[in-house]
Amino acid sequence: MTNSLRTPYDGIVMAAPVTIPYARYSIESAQWWIGRALSALVARAGIKVSDIDGLCVSSFTMGNDSGIGLTQHFGLCVRWLDTIPLGGASAIAALRKAARAVQAHDADIVACVAGDTNHVDSFRLTLENFSRFNRDAVYPYGAGGANASFALIARNYMRTFGVTREDVGRIAVAQRANALRNPHALMKTPLTIEQYLAARPISDPIHLFDCVMPCAGAEAFLVMRDHTAASLGLPAARLLSTIERHNAFANDPMQVRGGWAMDVGELYAMAGVKPDDLDIVQTYDDYPVITMMQFEDLGFCSKGEGAAFVRQHDLTIDGDFPHNTSGGQLSAGQAGAAGAYLGLVEGLRQVLGEAGPTQVKNAKLGLAAGFGMINYDRGLASGAAIFAGPAR
Amino acid sequence: MIDPVQPPRRKNPLLRTRLPASPPRPRSRTSHGFTRAAAEGRFVLQRCEACGAFAYPAREACPACLSAGLSFVDAPRRGVLLAETTARVPSDVYFRERAPWRIGLVKMDCGPTMVAHLHADCVEGAPVVMSFQLDKSGQAVAFARPEGETPNMADDRQWREMTADPKFRRVLVTNGRSVIGQEAVAALKAAGAKTVFVGVAEPWRPFAGEQLLRGQQGVEVVTLDASDEKSAADLAADIGGKVDILVNTTEYVRPGGLLDRRGTSIARDEIDQAYLGFVNLAQAFGPAMRMRGADGVSSSAAWVNILSVHALANWPAFGAYSASQAACLSLSHCLRAELRPGGVKVMNLFTGPVDTEWFQTVPPPKVAPRAVAQAIVSALRGGLEEIYVGDVAEEIRQRLAANPKALERELDK
Repeated sequence: MTNSLRTPYDGIVMAAPVTIPYARYSIESAQWWIGRALSALVARAGIKVSDIDGLCVSSFTMGNDSGIGLTQHFGLCVRWLDTIPLGGASAIAALRKAARAVQAHDADIVACVAGDTNHVDSFRLTLENFSRFNRDAVYPYGAGGANASFALIARNYMRTFGVTREDVGRIAVAQRANALRNPHALMKTPLTIEQYLAARPISDPIHLFDCVMPCAGAEAFLVMRDHTAASLGLPAARLLSTIERHNAFANDPMQVRGGWAMDVGELYAMAGVKPDDLDIVQTYDDYPVITMMQFEDLGFCSKGEGAAFVRQHDLTIDGDFPHNTSGGQLSAGQAGAAGAYLGLVEGLRQVLGEAGPTQVKNAKLGLAAGFGMINYDRGLASGAAIFAGPAR
Repeated sequence: MIDPVQPPRRKNPLLRTRLPASPPRPRSRTSHGFTRAAAEGRFVLQRCEACGAFAYPAREACPACLSAGLSFVDAPRRGVLLAETTARVPSDVYFRERAPWRIGLVKMDCGPTMVAHLHADCVEGAPVVMSFQLDKSGQAVAFARPEGETPNMADDRQWREMTADPKFRRVLVTNGRSVIGQEAVAALKAAGAKTVFVGVAEPWRPFAGEQLLRGQQGVEVVTLDASDEKSAADLAADIGGKVDILVNTTEYVRPGGLLDRRGTSIARDEIDQAYLGFVNLAQAFGPAMRMRGADGVSSSAAWVNILSVHALANWPAFGAYSASQAACLSLSHCLRAELRPGGVKVMNLFTGPVDTEWFQTVPPPKVAPRAVAQAIVSALRGGLEEIYVGDVAEEIRQRLAANPKALERELDK
């Protein structure tokens, strides 16, 4: 492990993790959901709306609005503003930008928010208009959406490394067990490995329980300096390190690794910790096979050993490798861009000791990862962050 | 291996006819480089003029060197199927009705990876041959087939969605008095058409080649004078719901241009026969064809026009005729747009002078009517949109692309 040349995130913290409980369908707009999240942030932090001087927002369903429209909509007067359209990598990217902004005193309190609505037809419209390459060269081929694109990746990955459906199923089953302790999770019934294996095929080898449930919801947190948090009396988690990478390994004919593999050494070097030190891990689980890829690329095991890793570990809240403790997107639901935030926000709750029924005992050090944007044949964006609670 | 497609059962007239849906249609403007190639049955990819790298999907700059000099060039078709999947729950109406639908990711030997529709005989890890086909929205899509011939290859369900194979379909050939019409009937029958209706104006008048049509199994002579609105409407009232493919073989060739003719009577005939005949046929048969675009194995599929290549560049020796053909070409683009919601393809075959009596004084090369008929069948089987039949037509296509002014000057001789 080499020492990082990057400026450390000294004194940068995250506070007030909030989740607006998800709904399968909503007649409200994305702006409504984002508004609820901002309101919850202010209430949770005990600040005034005018104390927020930075805003970073992500959403697929805001129509023509970007962050600027939201400032007037919500009566915010900010001196730092960003809109991040990176899908599942949005939360890590937002955190990185906000952290540097508050570190440089360009802003004092940045609200990082993601929210999406889910009208009856909005998921199909998102699929249809996802990107230029997608519109030109993917969607007209069976219109299978992300399911079909990930099916190709999953099939190649599983064949290349001898991974079975039962192996990836362990991830989904463990997450469902976690979700049963999360009162806000959309999935409320237990899932056995037999049920997982017997599920109907969606786009082979993707079956029903490999897919997330699109829904409406919002997630948010605040980024500030530790002095600010202390003056507000807010419990806060320190940011130790981050990585972000786009269009990594472009010459791999098919995706068998994400951008994490390129930067994982930096991730742990900057944080000064080892994978074994982590108390909780929140991967981006749009499909369990992508989670398995992250176990490899984030250094918990070598490439090709993901299946063995999940066989050897208990991924539930009380297990030896607590993972996606809220149930993840697979069992809590995927609220559009808020899906990117779900892991990070839950991770913050864990290290702050605020996770309630899903709390992992003595969770102090956490990792959250993001992954997103199947622009054409692979997920282009990846990122990860390591953070520590006040107890560490 | 594919089961051969079965002849459709007799249709139950009490059942609702399934209405056509279209696959996703939006594309970037640059992507229509593939549409252009697919229309002619060519396989092209973008290639960087600076570094030689092939790219896909359509881009505005080379991903290897950022040059903006990307041109669509004929590209090697071979690749290997890396992975496949079967979409069972598509989000789009067209594909949902046709699910399960099989697609795959193909690594092309020349570099790019392509998402493609798969022929059922494609196998993971094995070589495939790529083509661009026009789907039911009229847009180009990549289609991978096995490298070699497989049994009943053309009967593949997904392939048949991209093409207008005459097998088991019912065809109307509009003019049985012409040699091209008679050859077309024979070629379509040989290609497996269930029934070929062949239009003959004033059928009590005998004509050369009549014995080729009458009393043939699966060939029905019907009364049709395309230039007569009522005749076209009467025939459509009889058989309009049974025409899956319409081959417009209307032919009215007269020499001469403008100054050496007196008055407009010949020009009027040319317009009446070729242009208004086309209008009458379209209005009589088009609406039912558009409605029947998803009507089972033998849905309506295509409208074929035989046009002079001089529709594209006027040939003064047959100048007024060239103009009537240009009018028909323009009208065909309108018809293509109007039939598109039904997924019905409009195909234009461009020919040079055909070896018939009206081109008697024209020196060779001339196109044999049989070559036109064979081109009709192969265009239907390949799902093409623009087909150039014979050396003259092909030469004019190339010269028009190279320098239209040079072609204009040289056609004046």
